[in-house]
Amino acid sequence: MNYFPDEVIEHVFDFVVSHKDRNSISLVCKSWYKIERCSRKEVFIGNCYAINPERLIGRFPCLKSLTLKGKPHFADFNLVPHEWGGFVLPWIEALARSRVGLEELRLKRMVVTDESLELLSRSFANFKSLVLVSCEGFTTDGLASIAANCRQLRELDLQENEIDDHRGQWLNCFPDSCTTLTSLNFACLKGETNVAALERLVARSPNLKSLKLNRAVPLDALARLMSCAPQLVDLGVGSYENEPDPESFAKLMTAIEKCISLRSLSGFLEVAPLCLPAFYPICQNLISLNLSYAAEIQGNHLIKLIQLCKRLQRLWILDSIGDKGLVVVADTCKELQELRVFPSDVHGEEDNNAAVTEVGLVAISAGCPKLHSILYFCKQMTNAALIAVAKNCPNFIRFRLCILEPHKPDHITSQSLDEGFGAIVQACKGLRRLSVSGLLTDQVFLYIGMYAEQLEMLSIAFAGDTDKGMLYVLNGCKKMRKLEIRDSPFGNAALLADVGRYETMRSLWMSSCEVTLGGCKRLAQNSPRLNVEIINENENNRMEQNEEDEREKVDKLYLYRTVVGTRKDAPPYVRIL
Amino acid sequence: MITELEMGKGESELELGLGLSLGGGTAAKIGKSGGGGAWGERGRLLTAKDFPSVGSKRAADSASHAGSSPPRSSQVVGWPPIGSHRMNSLVNNQATKSAREEEEAGKKKVKDDEPKDVTKKVNGKVQVGFIKVNMDGVAIGRKVDLNAHSSYENLAQTLEDMFFRTNPGTVGLTSQFTKPLRLLDGSSEFVLTYEDKEGDWMLVGDVPWRMFINSVKRLRVMKTSEANGLGM
Repeated sequence: MNYFPDEVIEHVFDFVVSHKDRNSISLVCKSWYKIERCSRKEVFIGNCYAINPERLIGRFPCLKSLTLKGKPHFADFNLVPHEWGGFVLPWIEALARSRVGLEELRLKRMVVTDESLELLSRSFANFKSLVLVSCEGFTTDGLASIAANCRQLRELDLQENEIDDHRGQWLNCFPDSCTTLTSLNFACLKGETNVAALERLVARSPNLKSLKLNRAVPLDALARLMSCAPQLVDLGVGSYENEPDPESFAKLMTAIEKCISLRSLSGFLEVAPLCLPAFYPICQNLISLNLSYAAEIQGNHLIKLIQLCKRLQRLWILDSIGDKGLVVVADTCKELQELRVFPSDVHGEEDNNAAVTEVGLVAISAGCPKLHSILYFCKQMTNAALIAVAKNCPNFIRFRLCILEPHKPDHITSQSLDEGFGAIVQACKGLRRLSVSGLLTDQVFLYIGMYAEQLEMLSIAFAGDTDKGMLYVLNGCKKMRKLEIRDSPFGNAALLADVGRYETMRSLWMSSCEVTLGGCKRLAQNSPRLNVEIINENENNRMEQNEEDEREKVDKLYLYRTVVGTRKDAPPYVRIL
Repeated sequence: MITELEMGKGESELELGLGLSLGGGTAAKIGKSGGGGAWGERGRLLTAKDFPSVGSKRAADSASHAGSSPPRSSQVVGWPPIGSHRMNSLVNNQATKSAREEEEAGKKKVKDDEPKDVTKKVNGKVQVGFIKVNMDGVAIGRKVDLNAHSSYENLAQTLEDMFFRTNPGTVGLTSQFTKPLRLLDGSSEFVLTYEDKEGDWMLVGDVPWRMFINSVKRLRVMKTSEANGLGM
């Protein structure tokens, strides 16, 4: 069947990098399957319970890089109890036992323990890269093992994790011989940092390109660090609360001016606004700017900074920038591709005239022709604005709009926002991810089912009227992979209409909806390749299983396809049907 | 069966994140009769008010401010959909910012029983966000956001809802605070205590609210029988 020797085919396969493509080529014939699996270096597993480590290793023995995701997305918003699952230890144990030459591990929403990190650090001589995003369960002791034992470490990237900071000397644990670091991100650590150890580490890491500091690294240390590392491409600034004295400021400016390779800036976890001008000299080079943690910077300071960032492609910001600020962004940042605007006032108490509205959104859509991804939190929206946005920007791949108040209608016409979102899905033919909010009826889902042909992920909250809404989506969006729904009146009829559909998706989440225990049981009965999990936090209910009422509504339903059956590590309040 | 479940302490605690919420809880169990034993509807929380030797005028005064403000978007569990890491950071920043504004404005010290969100008036840095709450007999701990509360009344209501009552779902956001607070009447099997910065366990309600949120590390809903001799 093959016209070329295996080695040649393998060489050709080396150019096929995307997971989807590699999965496809492995389906062509047995021979290609065999060649592909032995040459596969990177594997991505979107749900760690869809498969188990033994089968993974069995199929891909030459694995070097593994990406694993654990908890469902809504875990980010405290909707999933902490002990639900997503433990990485069994994976690391299995990989260590089978002597896989692991070099890179990327985890998202998983439970990582110090024990796992210790095992990881001792088991893989060539281990180079550890990226942990939204994980929990470990302390700085675990980081110390990684620092001490991973002789080839290049990347340690900790993003938004819950880490117990023991204020130890984990930075000291990097041996003097460690000079290979290219990326170090510890911005999420809450405790004190041994700044001297950090400075020594940075000084002996000539290849360091990305450095993101935590709150505890002060201004003068920043200046020294930047002087040691003028080659930095990506910098996360820590904190400096007090206005610096002129001498410190001058030192900082000098250091920054030398960082001509700097393309990405973030952090500013606590910042006095008058420090920002020190960064003006490099703004023209920036392609990525994340000021979304800088709650204390007023809109006008932000605007002055952004006016200099003409090459910006990615901007994450707080709504304190205001509509006026977004107009400036629209005028200045013509290369902008991704924008995220987060709320600065989550209690909704301040009568915040400076916050963003539909005006800012429309301005951005009009001014930034390359925009393809947006996450926008705001207090109000109109259909007219969304229709205008759709017309200006038909290239959206990701469109996530969060109107802070649930069920809020178009603030001018008082109608639902069905037409606005309808316009978005109709115009944006390449849309892959959508989050909807505000007052929405079944009609919006009719539009989504009809037009959103490429949609892979949909987030629904406080929307819809009847089961028809959910059915429109399930019947229409053939490429749907992840559907997550909360507080919407969808029930058993929608859930059970096409059970086979769920095997074509990664997962379905439904919380505070109308599905009942009986419905979930019926779903589980006919689906051996689905795990149907019911998460029930109310302790009482567990004890009354003898009298259980099938008409009882289910708090949280999480179902996902799997080839390895029921998992064994679920806590007592998770019931797997 | 309840007694078999020891209240978890330390690392083995199971925890549930709560999100900014005054209502707490999750979607309703329809038609549930009040469960067995201590879970019945008579459960409520005691504070210092219930102990005769402790001055309790403040609690009585703040009863007049009791009751609900209209539910806001921030009172729904897990809403707005902002990652908890970011949420905590914002909450801390808000408190710090307000503290600094107050210092600069040279305002006078605020009265304790003011019904507004007191966290804005706190001096100095406040690292308060979510704190753990455990209840005797419940294996799963919870978390509550102190910054979303303005008084002992508020907090007690949230905790009562969380541990004693099943709540209607959050759809529609109708006011859930229609039941009278049980805090100040009758007797209960349970009392609300907290661990302060020095590691001591104290009865909740003795000190002004502001002082309390500055020093509280975590909460425990304790059986009254075990609470003798606490902080009195």
